[in-house]
Amino acid sequence: MAADPIHQFRIVEFFPVAHIGNTEIAFTNSALFMFAAVIIITAFLVIGTAKKSLVPSRLQSAAELSYEFVATTVRSTAGSEGMRFFPFVFTLFMFILTVNFIGLIPFTFTVTSHIIVTAALAITVFLTVLFYGLYRHGLHFFNLFVPKGVPILILPLIVFIEVLSFVSRPISHSVRLFANMLAGHITLQVFAGFIILMGSAMGAIGWIGGILPFGMIVILMALETLVAFLQAYVFAILTCIYLNDAIHPGH
Amino acid sequence: MAEPQHTTSTGHAPAGEHKAGFPPFDSHSYAGQLVWLVIAFVLLYVLMSKWALPQVGGIIEGRQKRIDDDVAEAGKLKTQSDEAVAAYEKALADARANAQAIANETRDKQAAAAEVRRKTLEDELNAKLAEAEKTIAATKTAAMSNVRGIAEDATRAIVERLIGVAPSDKSVADAVADALKR
Repeated sequence: MAADPIHQFRIVEFFPVAHIGNTEIAFTNSALFMFAAVIIITAFLVIGTAKKSLVPSRLQSAAELSYEFVATTVRSTAGSEGMRFFPFVFTLFMFILTVNFIGLIPFTFTVTSHIIVTAALAITVFLTVLFYGLYRHGLHFFNLFVPKGVPILILPLIVFIEVLSFVSRPISHSVRLFANMLAGHITLQVFAGFIILMGSAMGAIGWIGGILPFGMIVILMALETLVAFLQAYVFAILTCIYLNDAIHPGH
Repeated sequence: MAEPQHTTSTGHAPAGEHKAGFPPFDSHSYAGQLVWLVIAFVLLYVLMSKWALPQVGGIIEGRQKRIDDDVAEAGKLKTQSDEAVAAYEKALADARANAQAIANETRDKQAAAAEVRRKTLEDELNAKLAEAEKTIAATKTAAMSNVRGIAEDATRAIVERLIGVAPSDKSVADAVADALKR
């Protein structure tokens, strides 16, 4: 059963908390790791910078680095006006990054391996872009779908494509993160399963042969660490790009 | 359909649970996940925007401000030190010029004094020289007039010795005057 690569994505309910209609809301492993991420991020930033040293300690330096990293990303992608969304993008980035990294620890649960979570985050970004764009520019926001200098004949087609690509954004935005985390963890689990399988089927020779998939796991682990960071970054930078559309809808 | 999965909370789930489907696509867990995600995300957002980010941003800004201030302070101090160096050099140049002036003045004064002293000395010497020359001239005149008397006496004596007769004073004086004139 441990070799089942899907097992790790199971939602385990610890205890029921409330009911919404007929649906029981229970405290789950997913919720546990979400709050773990909240605590880790807050502790990292607040305790790390508690001394407010002029010459930072390592932890403070790391906290400042994460701040500067996201701030630079937002400013370079969405302009200085985009900095009003800096706390939002920072929260997104740190949350996804932290739950991704927690998920790399064996026997933990990866919050972002569930499509509902990534979809909720992506739709939050989508709605933020939509509502801020309309609030800021009114109906001019829809100029986003009408590129300048396009011949009138093919304009309807272009507008259709633009609208379609805008609406499909949350899908690609959420599936990208979800699929990456899911596939990576399945792959790791499958290779780990090989070790167990070979060991139990072929005895000592099988355990020695297990070195091969184990080596594979080591390599994949490095790759997954990169993917965990990269997907958090990609999610954040796409958020910035979409927000930039809301701030500057002119093409 | 996924009834056992939804109600049980144990790790040793029956084999039927796995047949219930792929967990990420099991819609029974969606409501719970959404609720917890909203709570966790909003909580994190509030913690970040109200607490953590202002604190970190404040530190970074404070450091930047401190660096800017220090650079400005260093620039100000550098200007001050440049001014001090300029003032020092000016003072040095002034002092040198002053010393030069004093030296020149002193030299000129001493030269003038020496000149004056030399002149008075010279005048004195000239006066003494003139005095001496006058004395010499007087002595010479006196001596010359004595020479005539001696010559007349000698002439008279020589003539008296030669002819035995003393010539008259007048002829002797004429003869001597005639001889001196030559």
